[in-house]
Amino acid sequence: MTVSSSVLLPPHRLLPAGDAAVTVEFGSTIDPLLHARVQALDAALAALAPVGLVECVPTYRSLLVVFDPGRTSHAAMADAITAALAQPVAATTQGRRLAVPAVYGGAAGEDLPALAEARGLTEEDVVRIHTGGVYLVYMIGFIPGFTYLGGLDPRLHTPRRVSPRLTTPKGSVAIGGQQTGINPIDMPSGWHLIGRTPLTVFDPERSQRPFLFAAGDELQFEVIDQATFDALASDPLAVPRDLGPVQAGSRGG
Amino acid sequence: MRALVCLDPGPLATIQDRGRFGLQRFGVTPAGPMDRLGFEAAVALAGGTDHAIELTLMGGVWTVEGGPVRIAVAPAVSVRHGAQPIAPLTTVTLQPGERLTISGLPVRGYLAVEGGFDIAPVLGSRAQHLRSKLGWPGRALAAGDRLPLAGPPPHPGERCLPPDAAALHDGAIRVVLGPQDDHFTAAGIATLLSATFQVTVEADRMGYRLDGPAVEHAGDYNLVSDGITIGSIQVPGNGRPIILLADRQSTGGYPKIATVIGPDLGLLARKKPGDPVRFRAISLADAEGEAQRFATRLARLADAVGPAGDSWDRSSERLLALSLIDGVVSASR
Repeated sequence: MTVSSSVLLPPHRLLPAGDAAVTVEFGSTIDPLLHARVQALDAALAALAPVGLVECVPTYRSLLVVFDPGRTSHAAMADAITAALAQPVAATTQGRRLAVPAVYGGAAGEDLPALAEARGLTEEDVVRIHTGGVYLVYMIGFIPGFTYLGGLDPRLHTPRRVSPRLTTPKGSVAIGGQQTGINPIDMPSGWHLIGRTPLTVFDPERSQRPFLFAAGDELQFEVIDQATFDALASDPLAVPRDLGPVQAGSRGG
Repeated sequence: MRALVCLDPGPLATIQDRGRFGLQRFGVTPAGPMDRLGFEAAVALAGGTDHAIELTLMGGVWTVEGGPVRIAVAPAVSVRHGAQPIAPLTTVTLQPGERLTISGLPVRGYLAVEGGFDIAPVLGSRAQHLRSKLGWPGRALAAGDRLPLAGPPPHPGERCLPPDAAALHDGAIRVVLGPQDDHFTAAGIATLLSATFQVTVEADRMGYRLDGPAVEHAGDYNLVSDGITIGSIQVPGNGRPIILLADRQSTGGYPKIATVIGPDLGLLARKKPGDPVRFRAISLADAEGEAQRFATRLARLADAVGPAGDSWDRSSERLLALSLIDGVVSASR
C-alpha cells in the first residue's frame, strides 16, 4: 500500500457487536488491499494496547475488536481505533513468508490424478502450478489453525467433492473450489487431497509456537521426498522455513 | 491423593473457567461458562477458585476419595448429600464414600470445589472446548474420571449465598442491533423483535437454532466471512436465527442481525428445546450500562458469601452487597 493511495481509501465503518465488541469493517470483498488495512489496524491497536482490550480477530475484510465492558466503553474503543488508524502504515507488515514442505500425490494426495484429469492437466502440471503460487493467509478460523488462503491459480479451481469424506488426515494439502488449504487436525472435508505436509500446523503442547501460521503470512509450498517427509514428521518441533518478512505492497490487487 | 470421582456425569459435564482468550485469531474459541452468573456464584461459594464443572440437565452423581472435599453448586438446584437435601446455594462437605446427587438444573449448573482441581491449563486456560479437544481431559467427563483436588482439605464451616443470588430476570432477551442489521429489511428486523421463537433441539454450547417466522434478508445472505462474537444472532438463508454461544466458531459468513447483551446470555443457557424466546432491542448506551451493572454484580458475589445460618441468610447487608434490587429493576425496565 503506498502513501499516495491512502487518500483514496473508502472510509471504514464501526459496527457495534453487542456491549463487548465492535467490528471495524473496511469493505465487503476478498481483496489483499483491504486485508492490508485490517493487518495494519491490528498491529497498531496491539501496540497501543488500550485499557480493557481483550483481543482482536483479523478477517478478510474487517477487524473484530473484543473488549471488557466493565473496564472500557465503545466510545473509548472508538477513540483508540481512530488513534491506531492515524498511525503511519509500516513499510512491512508483521507477516512472514514461509515455505511449507509437502509430498504430492500417491498415498499422501490420493485425489491428485482425478483433479489433474478434471482440469485437463498432468499431475506434474498441478504440482508445478500449486508450488508456484504465493498464498496469503487472510484469516484463521473454523477450527484451531485452519488457514483461509487466497491466491490459488484459477487453473486449479475445482468444485468440492460431491460426497465429503468423514475424516481426512492431519497435514493434508487440499483444494476446494477457489481455495487451497492445510488440515491442522484430522477432520471431515469435501476438498480434494493433493498432498500432505509433515508439519504439525497446530500443537498446543509446542509451547514456543503452538500455531505455525498467522493472518498476514504468505505461504509457498515446496516439494519434498518421502525420506524428508519422514524425518520432519518425526520432529515435533519442525517449523516451516522462514523466507523473510512479507513486503507491504507486494501483493497483487 | 484426594480426588473428586465422577460416578455419573449426566448428559454432558465439562470443566470450564472464564475462557481461553487471546487466541481467536488462531481459530481458538474461548469456550467458558454458558451461564456466567451461575458459574460465578458457584466459584464464589467455593471460596474463589476460577474453574468449575459445567453440568447439563441432570447433574449426575459424584463422590470423593482420599479425603473430604467442600462442594458448591449453583444456580439453586436440588442437591442431595446421600439422602439429605442441601439448602440452595449452600456448600456441602463430602467425606470419602459419601455421594452427592444433583438434579433439577435450570438446564445448566456449576459444581465448584474449594481449592479447585489440580489439572494443568492448556494454552492458558482450563476451559474445555470439546470440538477441538482443548482442555483436560480432551473429552466430556465420564463415569470413573478422577479429578485431582488442589489445596488443603476443608476446615469445618459451611457457607451460603442468599437463595436468589444467581437469579436472572425472565423477560425478553435484550439485544443490540448489528453488526449487520443493514442486511435485513425493516420487516425482517420487526419480525425478530416482535415474534416469539422456540429453542429447537439443535441447541448446545456452540449455539441455539431457533424456530419461528422467517427473518427477511434485504439481499444476499452469503457474506465474506468475518469475526463472530458471543451472542451474535446470525440468520442463514432459511431465515431462522441461530444464536452463537460459548463454543461458537470464531468466524462465519452469515449476516448477523443483532447481538445478545452479555448479561442476558445466561438466560439462554437456562433455556431448553421448546422454550419460548423473545427479543427486545436496547440502545448501545443502555447495553453498556447493563454490562457494567452485571460486572459489578459478579464482583460483589464474593462479599455476599457468608457462613450458613439463619441470621446471616436474612441480613439486609448481604442483599445490598448483591445489588439484587438494582438487577431486578433494571431488567424489567
